Amino acid sequence: MTTESAIPVNIITGFLGSGKTTLLQRLLRSPQLANTAVLINEFGEVGLDHMLLEAVDTETVVLQSGCICCTIRGDLKDSISALYGKRERGEIPPFERLAIETTGLADPAPILFTVMADPVLRHHFRLGNVVTTVDAVNAARHMADNPESVKQVAIADRLVLTKTDLDEAGDEAEIHAALRALNPTAPIFEAASDEIEPDALIANDIHDPAGKTAEVRHWLAREADLSETDHGHDVNRHDGDIHAFCLIFEKPLDWTAFGIWLTMLLHAHGEAVLRVKGLLNVVDLPAPVAIHGVQHLVHPPVHLERWPDRDRRSRIVFIVRGLERGPILRSLAAFNRLAEERATFR
Amino acid sequence: MCGLCGVLGVEDHWTDTAASPAVFAGRKTPRTRRHERQRRAVLANRVLAFYGMNLSDWQGTRYLLATATGRTQIIDHLAALWPAAAKMAKTPCDPLDPALITSLEADRGR
Repeated sequence: MTTESAIPVNIITGFLGSGKTTLLQRLLRSPQLANTAVLINEFGEVGLDHMLLEAVDTETVVLQSGCICCTIRGDLKDSISALYGKRERGEIPPFERLAIETTGLADPAPILFTVMADPVLRHHFRLGNVVTTVDAVNAARHMADNPESVKQVAIADRLVLTKTDLDEAGDEAEIHAALRALNPTAPIFEAASDEIEPDALIANDIHDPAGKTAEVRHWLAREADLSETDHGHDVNRHDGDIHAFCLIFEKPLDWTAFGIWLTMLLHAHGEAVLRVKGLLNVVDLPAPVAIHGVQHLVHPPVHLERWPDRDRRSRIVFIVRGLERGPILRSLAAFNRLAEERATFR
Repeated sequence: MCGLCGVLGVEDHWTDTAASPAVFAGRKTPRTRRHERQRRAVLANRVLAFYGMNLSDWQGTRYLLATATGRTQIIDHLAALWPAAAKMAKTPCDPLDPALITSLEADRGR
């Protein structure tokens, strides 16, 4: 199965009480997402999330083992496989998308891994946008006290700021700046004031033929702010070790050398590379190649028909924990030069 | 499976251009799969030399990673290379290691 025909899986994450279920309910009412199956994680004694969701989607399957993150990756895999089996046997409608709502306390990375790395699942499913809800009233406290909350923001493809209408302190600009520092690649939506288009949040991703160029523009939207220094890196803050930066290369990169370098970087520092998203000008190729990865895993490269703008430089945005831009830039440049020197062996 | 040697096919890795034909179809000078693997081994060896190791393509399906003393391990693809290399070299293989970067910067086509 090709990436285009695989069923997209969207992860809806966000800290406790940040409005994940409300957002999901709102999205599932739209006709674009009518054929979406939903997996939720029952957490705690009362399956409140499930009770709320049941009215929305009768195909809800509740995971019984508590936290998705660490204990039941196997369960999650089994739940998705079972759902797919029912779909293939015609026992449930042929859903075209799967949404997984995580618990507020979950690190979303293991869920992404399950979808991307499981040898069976990855032939039928592909990862879609990761949507993270952020409660505007409590964002600062959540992010200061809970590393999971910071990681949920850092790993997101879309950020949805909720409860802005209840935020009496009115420090929205500050929250925007904090989110931008952690994740400059994800567009921010406001649930209370924006008319949220399900397509913009869920469907438009790097594998959407019509939307992939626009998606790459989101990745690189703040590239100019990120290219000179480590952005928003304040070691005194609790979340200060997660930050973003952009590497820019004037000359085309050699794909083989890049592959050797990135696999080695992720082997040594995969835990610390929360996301990597980039547009590469590859030696010998007329069109750009988009790459993106989450921690140890990298998606298959994506072909873009044309450059999204006039800039022909390779640009790679990293969202990392505790790594510095300088050594990464120097390292990739050194690896790439090995290929340049071997010009005769192309 | 190859009937002669009993080797199962290997899953594609994201670094293999053959696994993403749509992405690399527009290449001005196309490479065969075998050519690409040879070239990957040549470039990887510039890095592995720092750890006293060598990589070679084996039958276009696997790689052989060998130490200077001849200890050898079969590797499926690049992602499997680095954990194996670190284990055999008994040292972390870190591309951000300043000593490695300095060595690569000084390397002028050994």
